[in-house]
Amino acid sequence: MPLYLNDDQQMLQDSAADFMKGEGDVAHFRKFRDMNCKDGFSHDLWKKFAEMGFTGIMIAEDEGGLGLGHMEAGVVLEQIGRNLTPSPFLTTAVAGVEALNAGGKALRDKYFPGILAGDSVLALAIDEGAKHRPDQISMSATREGNGFKLDGKKQFVVQGGSADTLIVAARTSGSAGDEKGLTLFAVDTDAAGLSRDSVRLVDSAMAAHIEFDGVLVDADAVIGEVDDGDAVLKRLLNAGRAGSASEILGVGAGSMEITVDYIKGRKQFDKIIATFQSLQHRMSHLYSEMEIARATVLKAQQMLDEGSSKAEMMVSVAKAKAGKATSLSVKEGVQMHGGVGMTDEYDIGLYMKRDRALQEFMGDVNYHTNLVAEMHGY
Amino acid sequence: MSDLETFRAETAAWLEANCPPEMRQPMVDESDACWGGRNPTFKPGQKEWLDIMAAKGWTVPDWPKEYGGGGLSRAEAKILGQEMARLKCRSPLSSFGIWMLGPALLHFGTEAQKKHFLPPIARGEIRWCQGYSEPGSGSDLASLQTSAVDQGDHFVINGQKIWTSYADKADWIFCLTRTDKSEKHKGISFMLFDMASEGVSTKPIVLISGQSAFCETFFDDVKVPKEYAEGVSSVVYEVNKGWDVAKYLLGHERSMISGGGSEGATSLGAKFADQYGRDEMGRLDDPMLRAQMAEMDIEVLAFRAMAERFGDTFKAGLCHPAQPNMMKYAGTEINKRRHELIMSAGGSEVLEWESEATNGGLTARSWLRTKANSIEGGTSEVMLNVVSKQILQLPGA
Repeated sequence: MPLYLNDDQQMLQDSAADFMKGEGDVAHFRKFRDMNCKDGFSHDLWKKFAEMGFTGIMIAEDEGGLGLGHMEAGVVLEQIGRNLTPSPFLTTAVAGVEALNAGGKALRDKYFPGILAGDSVLALAIDEGAKHRPDQISMSATREGNGFKLDGKKQFVVQGGSADTLIVAARTSGSAGDEKGLTLFAVDTDAAGLSRDSVRLVDSAMAAHIEFDGVLVDADAVIGEVDDGDAVLKRLLNAGRAGSASEILGVGAGSMEITVDYIKGRKQFDKIIATFQSLQHRMSHLYSEMEIARATVLKAQQMLDEGSSKAEMMVSVAKAKAGKATSLSVKEGVQMHGGVGMTDEYDIGLYMKRDRALQEFMGDVNYHTNLVAEMHGY
Repeated sequence: MSDLETFRAETAAWLEANCPPEMRQPMVDESDACWGGRNPTFKPGQKEWLDIMAAKGWTVPDWPKEYGGGGLSRAEAKILGQEMARLKCRSPLSSFGIWMLGPALLHFGTEAQKKHFLPPIARGEIRWCQGYSEPGSGSDLASLQTSAVDQGDHFVINGQKIWTSYADKADWIFCLTRTDKSEKHKGISFMLFDMASEGVSTKPIVLISGQSAFCETFFDDVKVPKEYAEGVSSVVYEVNKGWDVAKYLLGHERSMISGGGSEGATSLGAKFADQYGRDEMGRLDDPMLRAQMAEMDIEVLAFRAMAERFGDTFKAGLCHPAQPNMMKYAGTEINKRRHELIMSAGGSEVLEWESEATNGGLTARSWLRTKANSIEGGTSEVMLNVVSKQILQLPGA
């Protein structure tokens, strides 16, 4: 399959671009930030996501969704990144749905209608420390009656405050560092013993610290098999990492675009500053990095959609490369804007903050670089 | 089975049956390439392989049959390439005629020129070199001064070229000459002539790698006929329109050199971990080197995806016409960094310049050779200028 968008994907891109620009652009982002919205996004907009079919993008057609794949999810996420659109799309419709797709029909029947309608929000309770270390999960799930009792803490649960359901990774056996012994659960956020502390992040998105204090769940809350949650977690992480790579790519592309526009308009020493070779070469280098990053993201998503056994490696390459390229894009962006790049009035700083948060989401450049070495056996 | 699957099966069987075993060994260095020419030097297996591939037209599988090619469709040629790679069959012929002059003639040549010049290229009988750069004309190539003066039925050439790859071994040259001094770009012609002509001399240049693939080439009152046979002009396209041909070819050259970054997609870390030693976790025993190796793995895999996307969009007519410049820039810069890392991993042992253990300093010589990647065929700085101007459309670029 050629490594570019086909006609259908191109059409999806056009409609996602129009939609995000029309309904969820940077002005929309600023409005919700400035009203200090406790959910960090507009529920009306989330309903519109559903009307567009976006919330069901990775839900099978016979279950009411569009039945599309990682590439199509990426197409939407890139536009979200470009416009800084606040939404729970990545955690709900991409990583959350992908985890549920690995589970039984009863769970899908329970959760998919709400997602398809744009009523439901999912959040991912994976991280337990400041850095993403899914291999070190220690939160416990012990058998209790017909189900399990959850105890422990999670953090950086993006959209955790507004979510009605959490996808929780906990340990049913073994200890931190063991590959086996993990189990994934779908947990309603109104469960007794579950407390949430929602905090605003640098990019104005909301994330929660969540404490599980003897939270009881039924056995049918288990996604996949008990103790074999690593398979489900892998699918969730692949979807979330590839998806966030697309979003971060959109952030980098958006930041580059506004910076090119800015330097084409700004005059100093009686000259348009874009005529200076010192800026031209840096901008062209950035273009090259962004192009390469785009190829890696598409390749990773194509491999995931094809079910390739090497997809995981490419997902890490994509998250690392897109992270590097976008980090360069926002840093060059602020620098080339000069003083106004430091002001809240100009958008470039918002892109820098969004990049920083996405870098940490599901593993930063260093994390994925290390994974690539491990997957290569060194 | 589809037609293409049948073609793949038949091709694989034919390659298995006909490729000499020596030609299925990996090439160690540039000296293992077969260049053909009037005075060829063949290593065992090379001549048989060249002849049998040329007979099928498979030295140039996608050229038309009437010019010595295989007449394969793009899809078939891709399959042949894939099967040759899978069976580790070497390329039967390395040739600037195939890589550069051929595409120019196919695009700009007259029918008579194509029939005259292309078949000997396909058969590896004539070895070509490229006369572009001059001592005073590097990045600013169009300022070239080598003159071709019209003397009725012939031109007289005077001047000097530099960085002429293998000029001392080439039979013919495709050469940019100045036919009008009052114009810059519109005063250049693309000429073909015999390196055995009186007044042509070459002098190899010793490089920092110790190798001398490049030459200085001197022209002292060289007579070049206007026609070699009925309708076979020595000028490709038209007099004073050689820059159009050169620009077209530079695009080709850049996309070719840009392939360099995908070279050796094997992981450096995986390769060096055993020789370097591992810690108790099985990790390469030098954490800083390990980190750099992993970063390089990512760069190489990323660029490989980029090369695939570039190839796909190029064929579909979807990529920006200046995109080969970006590819050339990125590919050569990655390749240079990769070789820096290989030297660093090799430590003091790869400093040995002539020892048997290092195969005559192969690692070090290859490292030094890569420094030219971002100079030849347009420097990285020129590539960035082109991207700035044509893709980003920055003013004044």
